[in-house]
Amino acid sequence: MAEALLCTRGLSRRFGAVQATDHVDLDVAAGTLHAVIGPNGAGKSTLIGQLAGEIATDAGRIVFAGDDITRLPVHRRAHAGLARSFQITSIFSGFSVRENVALAVQAHAGHSFRFWRRADRERGLNERAEAMLARVNLGDEAQRLAGELAHGQKRQLELAMALAGNPRLLLLDEPMAGMGAEEGARLAELLRSLRDEVTILLVEHDMDVVFSLSDQITVLIFGRVVITGTPEAIRASDEVQAAYLGEHAAC
Amino acid sequence: MDIEPRRWLPLIGLAALAAVPLIAALTDDPYLVTIFTRVVILALAAASLDFILGYGAMVSLGHAAFLGIGAYTVGILAHHHQSGAPLLEAVPWLTGTNAALISLPLAIAVAALCALLIGALSLRTRALHFIMITLAFAQMFFFLFIAMARYGGGDGMVMWQRNTLPLINTGDSVQFYYLCLAFLAGSVFLLRRIVAARFGRVLRGAAENERRMAALGFPVFRYRLAAFTLAGAIGGLAGALMANLETFVSPSLLHWSQSGELMVMVILGGLGSIYGPVLGATLFIMLEETLAAWTEHWMIILGPILILVVLYARRGLFGWLTWRRHG
Amino acid sequence: MLLFLEQLLNGLQFGVMLFLLAAGLTLIFGIMGLINLAHGSLYMVGAFVCATVVAYTGSFLLAVVAGAAAAGLAGLVIESTIMRRLYDRGHLDQVLATFGLILFFNEAVRMIWGPRPLNVDIPTWLSGSVELFPGGGYPVYRLAIIVIGLAIALAMWWLVQRTRLGMLIRAGAADREMVAALGVDTRVLFAGVFVLGAMLAGLGGALAGPIFTVGVGMGENILILTFVVIVVGGIGSIRGALVGALLVGVVDTLGRAYLPTLLRWVTDPASADGIGAGLASMLVYILMAAVLIWRPRGLLPAHGH
Repeated sequence: MAEALLCTRGLSRRFGAVQATDHVDLDVAAGTLHAVIGPNGAGKSTLIGQLAGEIATDAGRIVFAGDDITRLPVHRRAHAGLARSFQITSIFSGFSVRENVALAVQAHAGHSFRFWRRADRERGLNERAEAMLARVNLGDEAQRLAGELAHGQKRQLELAMALAGNPRLLLLDEPMAGMGAEEGARLAELLRSLRDEVTILLVEHDMDVVFSLSDQITVLIFGRVVITGTPEAIRASDEVQAAYLGEHAAC
Repeated sequence: MDIEPRRWLPLIGLAALAAVPLIAALTDDPYLVTIFTRVVILALAAASLDFILGYGAMVSLGHAAFLGIGAYTVGILAHHHQSGAPLLEAVPWLTGTNAALISLPLAIAVAALCALLIGALSLRTRALHFIMITLAFAQMFFFLFIAMARYGGGDGMVMWQRNTLPLINTGDSVQFYYLCLAFLAGSVFLLRRIVAARFGRVLRGAAENERRMAALGFPVFRYRLAAFTLAGAIGGLAGALMANLETFVSPSLLHWSQSGELMVMVILGGLGSIYGPVLGATLFIMLEETLAAWTEHWMIILGPILILVVLYARRGLFGWLTWRRHG
Repeated sequence: MLLFLEQLLNGLQFGVMLFLLAAGLTLIFGIMGLINLAHGSLYMVGAFVCATVVAYTGSFLLAVVAGAAAAGLAGLVIESTIMRRLYDRGHLDQVLATFGLILFFNEAVRMIWGPRPLNVDIPTWLSGSVELFPGGGYPVYRLAIIVIGLAIALAMWWLVQRTRLGMLIRAGAADREMVAALGVDTRVLFAGVFVLGAMLAGLGGALAGPIFTVGVGMGENILILTFVVIVVGGIGSIRGALVGALLVGVVDTLGRAYLPTLLRWVTDPASADGIGAGLASMLVYILMAAVLIWRPRGLLPAHGH
């Protein structure tokens, strides 16, 4: 088995009476697409929050690329190579599409205590931003106001921003949510093409996408890891069928 | 590229301000120069507030504190210069000064330091908390200066003369006016550069989506604190100039209502343009002069005007001027 | 020792006064998300109306009721004309519009009552002092304020913790949409909370009359201290407002009374008095800074923020 890029041991978080994540052990191997699935309230969002650093961890450890990042603030994790998308699209609506990505490039191009040169004329930032936009098929929209983009395009923009810093791991929080069929197919195709470039941890409800793209799948129920395995193994698991997939199959 | 009002309006504004002493001479109204020196100094303070308010969405209701701190730095240095007493009894060689080349930079530095401290505490919080805390810290300095009986307490203190500069006669009202105008033009230019540079982009990004900024890898707090400190420094410069204009320093400079008025100037002129507040300060002082000439109870008109502007004319004058032409 | 107890009571009395403003303000913050700078103006309205009614009728009780009622009425008018439009606006708009209101109220009061401060006499039936501890008298009037303030604190606590209205208020502080989803007319709820807050502020102003002078601008000084109270106590919670108010009241009063004396231990009397007075006036703000470092959300914040 390949070396794990991200691994968690005993990761837990409690909110009042609810144990949102309960001793989660996760190993995401470098170069794979690893999906986390589970019914609503299984603790997927909490897990993502803990990995990204927005939600503090009660117990357990997160090791990323060999370093313990359990107590690292959000921005330091980003610099360590952890990029993310948000469940609810999170972009800078008042900026142009290009400036959104240029800002993401800027985050990884040294400090931003630069007070004199016009940022919108910095070729280094703009060229990289445009390359990222082309990568996610948004090249033609660079000059538009980000807030005016269609929902699917905003998702693509988020991906471009996440990719801008050359991350080692992409945390994608339900990228397919709220997508129409056509938009969804396009995004799935994009994810498939990204799989070779970057390790991805994908939280997603769309089972077709999960089972067709993933190398490994972890099933989370009530904050606990029920099983981790290949798509075939998950499909074959009676436990998962009973607890989770059964209800979906009925839909 | 067509010529937008956004480009030529500031130049016209600068030309108009530069022509004020000429107009004053032609109309034989020297008071005009004094009024406009006030306008220019307040515009400087308002522009620095716009930097954090309009670009960084930091609703600071204590900006007058830096005005006061800058003014008191100049005033205290002048006071010791006049009396000959050392600044600290323990350090007899450390005397006051009347040289602008020392007191202005010092005023800026002291204001920046105070802004750094206030910012470090208040930027730990957001929104409502931030407003209340900046207001409270400004009030703290207000009461501190009132309690300093040695420097006039609540009555303030008089400077015998303005700070001196080589080559420029600061005592001459026209020369002093151009000095202040140069500071304003320089600061506005500097701030415009900064908001367009990487730093400004980070500031705007943090105002719009702080969570995203952190996820992208920006330590947002540091950038905010740097912006807050810079705004405080320019506020301190404005205060130092105000002390020189009035040759009088008193706690009323940092009364909380002064902070409110600076904010009003920013909003009257238009938020988030740096140029707008200059227009706003002009408008505010003109309004004050006109209404005050008409009735001593002019505040009873200004208050409702302000409410109406907030409810119905959010773009401000600069925004309105530049927006209309776009069609 | 006796003097210390007396100063402690003075601190409590000041704290209770701050609570009357803070209670309403913190609920308005917590539920409507509104920052109302003009809350101090309502306090001022209460004080001026009370002073006037005392002068005309001689009845202090009637005057206090009138002061609170007038502030409540003023609150109702500004809520239904202006505040209502501000709930969904940003804090900057709220600050500016309510700043405009302050300018208006201050000038209106100056036009009606003139620039000179008014004095209100303590009613005879509340004058004199009572021997609380052997050899130590304490003014009945100040004692009455403490009792009234604590009674109101108790009533507010009961209202918020034990009634249906209180349940809505607590739910509103946590989640505005949820209250709307419960089928409650938020317009009425918001107006009710605002008027309640206004009446408490007016009551505070009326009671303050005989202790402080009644003058234009009295509202803003106490308003800023009330902000300190809310930052210390935590936004949106009545308990926080009470704890914060008493803490700020006591720290401020004791600081002013004893700091110069304490400093004489370390420095000469002249500079001790000078530094002491300066430090005493900064003390509550230093307290606020300490709380911010230790607990940025205040000592007892409402849940869900």
